[in-house]
Amino acid sequence: MDAPLLQIKQVSKHFGGFTALSGVSLDIARGERFGLIGPNGSGKTTLINCISGSLRNDAGSIRFENSEISGLAAYQRTRRGIARSFQIPRPFHTMSVLENLLVPSAYVVHLREAEAEAKAMEILSSIGLAGKAGVLASQLSQVELRKLELARAMAARPRLLISDEAMAGLAGAEVDEVLEILFDLNEKGIAIIMIEHIMQAVMRFSQRVVCLDAGRIICEGTPTEIVGNPEVQKAYLGA
Amino acid sequence: MKYWIGAALVVIAAFAAALSGMNEYFFYAAYIVLTFVVLSTAWNILGGYAGYVNFGTGAFFGLGSYSAVVLFKALEAPLFVQILAGAAIGAALGFGVGIMTLRLRGIFFAIATVAILFIMETFMVNWRYVGGATGLQLLRPEVMAPFDSYTRMLFVVMALLAVVAVSIARYIQVSWIGRGLRAIRDSEEAAECSGVPTLKLKLFACVVSGALMGAAGAPMPMYLSFIEPASSFSLNWGVSALAMPMIGGTGHWIGPVIGALLLGSIQQIVTVTISNEINVLVVGVLLVLFVVLAPDGIVGLFRKWTRRSSR
Amino acid sequence: MIFSFDLLFEAVLFGVLLGCFYAAVSIGLSVSFGLLDVPHVAHPALMVLGSYCTWLVASWGLDPILAGIILMPAFFALGVLIYRFYYETFEKRGTEAGVRGLAFFFGVAFIVEVGLILVFGVDQRTVAAPYIGSSWAIGEYRLPYRMLVAFGIALVLTAALTLYLSRTFTGRAIKAVAQDEPALRLMGANPVRIKQWAFGIATGVSALAGAMLIIVGPVEPALDRLYIGRTFCVVVLAGLGSMTGTLAAGLILGISESIVLMMLGASWAPAVAFGLLLIVLGIRPQGLFGR
Repeated sequence: MDAPLLQIKQVSKHFGGFTALSGVSLDIARGERFGLIGPNGSGKTTLINCISGSLRNDAGSIRFENSEISGLAAYQRTRRGIARSFQIPRPFHTMSVLENLLVPSAYVVHLREAEAEAKAMEILSSIGLAGKAGVLASQLSQVELRKLELARAMAARPRLLISDEAMAGLAGAEVDEVLEILFDLNEKGIAIIMIEHIMQAVMRFSQRVVCLDAGRIICEGTPTEIVGNPEVQKAYLGA
Repeated sequence: MKYWIGAALVVIAAFAAALSGMNEYFFYAAYIVLTFVVLSTAWNILGGYAGYVNFGTGAFFGLGSYSAVVLFKALEAPLFVQILAGAAIGAALGFGVGIMTLRLRGIFFAIATVAILFIMETFMVNWRYVGGATGLQLLRPEVMAPFDSYTRMLFVVMALLAVVAVSIARYIQVSWIGRGLRAIRDSEEAAECSGVPTLKLKLFACVVSGALMGAAGAPMPMYLSFIEPASSFSLNWGVSALAMPMIGGTGHWIGPVIGALLLGSIQQIVTVTISNEINVLVVGVLLVLFVVLAPDGIVGLFRKWTRRSSR
Repeated sequence: MIFSFDLLFEAVLFGVLLGCFYAAVSIGLSVSFGLLDVPHVAHPALMVLGSYCTWLVASWGLDPILAGIILMPAFFALGVLIYRFYYETFEKRGTEAGVRGLAFFFGVAFIVEVGLILVFGVDQRTVAAPYIGSSWAIGEYRLPYRMLVAFGIALVLTAALTLYLSRTFTGRAIKAVAQDEPALRLMGANPVRIKQWAFGIATGVSALAGAMLIIVGPVEPALDRLYIGRTFCVVVLAGLGSMTGTLAAGLILGISESIVLMMLGASWAPAVAFGLLLIVLGIRPQGLFGR
C-alpha cells in the first residue's frame, strides 16, 4: 500500500493577528524529492516548523506514516523519523563534530557509545567531514557547518529530511557538494523536502515543487511547470 | 577508578581530621566551605550543564533547613532522616518550579527562583511554629560518639554529602544525560530536533539540583543551634552558589569544587578579618571579572595554559 | 482583621496610586527587558542607586523631583555605557550569552547594592518635601500627598514614553528593533546605536523612578531585592513589549498588594508581587498584551 509518507491537510498558523499559514494541504510520498519555494515571508519556515514540531499548528492535521503527529513534541517527531536542518546552522558548539552526531545517535537510535561512534564516522566520511571529526563545531567554516547540520540530521536515521536553505550563501562548487549529499541520501530511500532560493538547485533536485505565497499554496507541479507559471513569477517579482 | 580512590581518601581524611586535636575553629569554617561545595555542585548540574540559571539557591537550602527543624520539633527525627527529608522536599520544590517555568526562556526560570525565595521567606516569617521572623533556638541532642563536638560531626557529615554530590554530578556529566544537557545548553532547539526530550531532562536536572541543595540545608540548624528566615533565605546564598561554579568552571564537575574551596575560603577569611559587606563585594566583583574575562573559569584557564605549554 | 467596604475602598484607592507608581518604576524595565531582551536583573539596583543620588542632590536643598530630573542625563550616559559593554562582551558573541548575561547583571546588582552599603550604610534614608508627610482628606478617606505626587509623575512619565515610542522616528525604530532587526538594518538604521539609545533612556528614567521611590518611602540598599519582584511582575504581567500594558499590570499589582496589606498586614505584602509573577508565568507567560 502506497500511502503518502506525510499528509498535511488544511494546516493554519497564526501569530497574534498575523496569518502565517492558511489552509495548506500537500502530500509527500515515500522517497520523494520535494521542493518548497516562495518569497521571503511566504510561510515556508513556519510550515516546516509545524512539520518538525518546533511550532504547533492552530488548525488542520499532519499525519506521518498514517498517524497524527500535530500533538507531539518535536523530539517525539524526530524519534518517529522526521529530521531537519536549520537555516542558520545551530551546531552544539562546545562539542566536537563527532560528538554532535552522538546526540541523535543516543537519543533517537539509542546506540551504545562504540557503535554510535562507528556509525557517526561512516556518516562523516560519506559527506567529507571525517577529517574534522575531532574539531570543535565552533571552528568550522560555513559550508562545513551546513554539512554538519545535514550529518546530524542523518544520524537520526530519518525517513523524512527537511533541508532548510542548506545552500544559502554558498558558492557554486559548494552548492554542488551539498546537492550531491542530498541526492545520496535520497538514494537510500529518504524523502527530502528542500527549501531553497537557489532555483537551479531546486530544479535539478526536485521531482515535484510547491510554491507558497502569503501562507497559501499558489502552485504545485513539476519543476518546469512551476518555473513557467505566471503566478509564481508574480510572487517573486512582486505585483 | 582513580576517582573513587580519591573520594575514599577524602572521606578517610575527614574522619581522621575530626578525631584529631585540630583547632575547633577549623571545623566551623570548613563546614561552611563544604556546604558551598555541595551547593555549587548542585547549582552546576542545572546551571552549568543545562544552562538554566538559578538565583534562588537559598529557597531550596532554606527549605531544607526548615523541614529539618519541623521534623526535629515534631518527631525528634535524627539527623539522617532530616537530611533525607531535606532532599525530598528540595526535589519536590525543584519539580514544582521546573514544571511551571522550564518550558519558558531561561530568564523566566531565573526570576521564578527569586520569586520562590521571597515567598518561602514570607511564609516562614509568618509561621509561628518555626519561630516566625525572630526564629527559633534549638536544643541539640547528645552528640554521637566518637565525635567530641557537634561541629566535628557535622563537618564529617557535610564531607560525606559533598562526596555524594560530586559523585552524582560526575556521573551525570559523563553519561548520556550529560550529553543531552550539554546539547540543550548549546542549542535547545537543535537538541529537541535531535531527539532530546528537553523538558524531561531539564526537569531531571532541576530535581536533582534541588534535592542536593535541600539536603545541604538540613544540618544547618544543628550547626547553628538556631534558625531564622532572613539568613536562611538570603539572596547571598544564591550569589555564592552561582559565582563559585562560574569562577571554577561550569563544564566539568571539578569546577564547582575548585570554585567553592577557593571562594569559600576567601569568604571565611574576609568575613572574619574585614566585614561581611566586603565579602559580598568580593564575590560580586570576582563573578563579574570571571564572567567577562574568563568565561570558562579556572578550569578553562588551566586548559588553555596546558595547551600553550605543550606546544 | 476588620473588614468593611470603607476600608476596602480606601485600599483600592491607595492601590491605584501605588499601582501607577509601580508602573512608572517598571517602565524602564519594559524597555530594557521587554523591548531589547536584555536580562536586566540589575534594573532595580540602578533605581535604588537613583534614590540615593536623589537623596544626595536633595540634601543640597533641592526638591527631590527636581533632583531626579537633574540626574536623568547622567543616568542616561550610564545606561549607554552599560549597554555598550553588555553588547560587546555578550550579545555580539551570541552563543552562550544567556547564562553569562544573567550572571553578569546579577553580579552588577550585588556590586551596586554593596557599594551603596559601604558608602551610605545600611540605615534607611528619607527625603523631606512639603508634600511628604501630609494627606489629602476627601470625605472619610485620606490620600497621602506623596502618593499623589508619585501618581502624577507616573502618569506623565508613562504618557511621555508611550508617545515617544509611537510618534517619533527613533521611538518607532526602538519598537522595530525588537521585532525585526534585519528589516531595520535594511532601512539604513544601526540597530546597536538604537538599542544603546533605548537602554540609555530606560536607565535615565530609572533616575526619576529612584526619586519617586524615596519620595514614596524610606530606602535602604537591599530594597532592590524586593523590587526585582515588583518590576518583573509588572513587565511580565503586561506582556513583553507592551507599554500600555505596563500601566494595567501596575494597577493590578498595586491594588492586589494594597488589599493584601489591609487584610493580612505588612508581613505578607512583599510576597504579593512574587506570587503574582509566579501565577502569570504558570498560566499565561505571554502576559496580558504580550507579543
